Amino acid sequence: MAAGSENTAAYYIQHHLQNLTFGNHPENGWSLAHSAEEAREMGFWAIHLDTMGWSIAMGLLFIWLFRKAGRMATTGVPGPLQNVVEMVIEFIELTVRGAFHGRNPVIAPLALTLFVWIFLMNLLKLVPVDYAPQLFSRLGIEYMKLVPTTDPNATLGMAIGVFALIIYYSLKVKGVGGFAKELSLTPFNHWSLIPFNLVMEIIGLLVKPLSLGLRLFGNMFAGEVIFILIALLPFWVMWTLNVPWAIFHILVITLQAFIFTVLSVVYLSQAHEHH
Amino acid sequence: MNINMTLIGQTIAFAIFVWFCIKYVWPPISNALHERQKKIADGLDAASRASRDLELAQERAEQTLRESKEQASQILEQANKRSSQMIEEAREQARAEGERIVASARAEVEQEVNRAKDELRAQVSRLAVTGAERVLEASIDEKAHRKLLDELAAEL
Repeated sequence: MAAGSENTAAYYIQHHLQNLTFGNHPENGWSLAHSAEEAREMGFWAIHLDTMGWSIAMGLLFIWLFRKAGRMATTGVPGPLQNVVEMVIEFIELTVRGAFHGRNPVIAPLALTLFVWIFLMNLLKLVPVDYAPQLFSRLGIEYMKLVPTTDPNATLGMAIGVFALIIYYSLKVKGVGGFAKELSLTPFNHWSLIPFNLVMEIIGLLVKPLSLGLRLFGNMFAGEVIFILIALLPFWVMWTLNVPWAIFHILVITLQAFIFTVLSVVYLSQAHEHH
Repeated sequence: MNINMTLIGQTIAFAIFVWFCIKYVWPPISNALHERQKKIADGLDAASRASRDLELAQERAEQTLRESKEQASQILEQANKRSSQMIEEAREQARAEGERIVASARAEVEQEVNRAKDELRAQVSRLAVTGAERVLEASIDEKAHRKLLDELAAEL
């Protein structure tokens, strides 16, 4: 009985942490993975449909909400939606003003998009862990992992986007020569230490997107695992742990969205600075 | 994947969580939003009130200006009237004075003429007497003919 329940629990956890994967399976060809092993066997050429779908849905929700607020915007007393949107924009503007020292009109909208999008994706975590899988299994879909930010593909994807912008603005502001000089002559400004500097700076550069993506993924994934573990408890005590953890996560999801945003802005600010 | 009590447990937890949010998380957020809305509304209100006050003050200033202008023109008109009146009076006075002077001069002239006439009469009467004496070579009793001579002089 003990072994059986352990198996069920292991299966339950594994099932909840499995994305809906569509990919090129060596035997089945292009198809949906029916198990974690199949998904693993697909290798790189696979796509997480749930991650894509929910992140795009949240992105569209963000665009729709803010566009609606923008269309209805008045110079008079703002309505409830406009009020919220204005507050978020003011908050982001304040943050960017404090963290970004260059002059670039792209940064503030980028920060707003990152913050609101990540916040909305994280927000899906407050939906009870069984709702989406149960609902979609009724509809005949085997796996459904609701929160895109618990998938490293989503968080690292956003981090790579930020990284591309870091490289682009570094080259644009400093020029190829300036960027190369920064990589090779800092922190030690001597020709004999160029290889050492290069190794240090390139590691430092590559760590930026990695830390950005993995921090968000790690926090969200760990929180999700705890939620799933709590779901294994008997149903009548579940709420004693689930409710405090969910309340705590109101803070976590906001904070993680904010940290990702601020660090992106700081990295981009560094890309604009001359040494 | 089968439905079991886990789902109910999660629903209970979710319901409690939602209740908690409605009770403790939403009010401060809602308050902050309302406060912000109120601040904006108050600011807009104050601005519109100030602009209305300004308009009112401008209107009042304009009215005062208009009134004072009117007053000034009234005063000017009065002064003009007064001055023309004074001129008229002076003219009248001058004319009266002139007339008086002319009248007195005329009276004097008349008086002078009368005096001259009298003198002439007297001289004529004397001349007549002298003439008559020369003609008659006899003295006429002056006393006897005094009355006659006086009548003659009066007739002249």
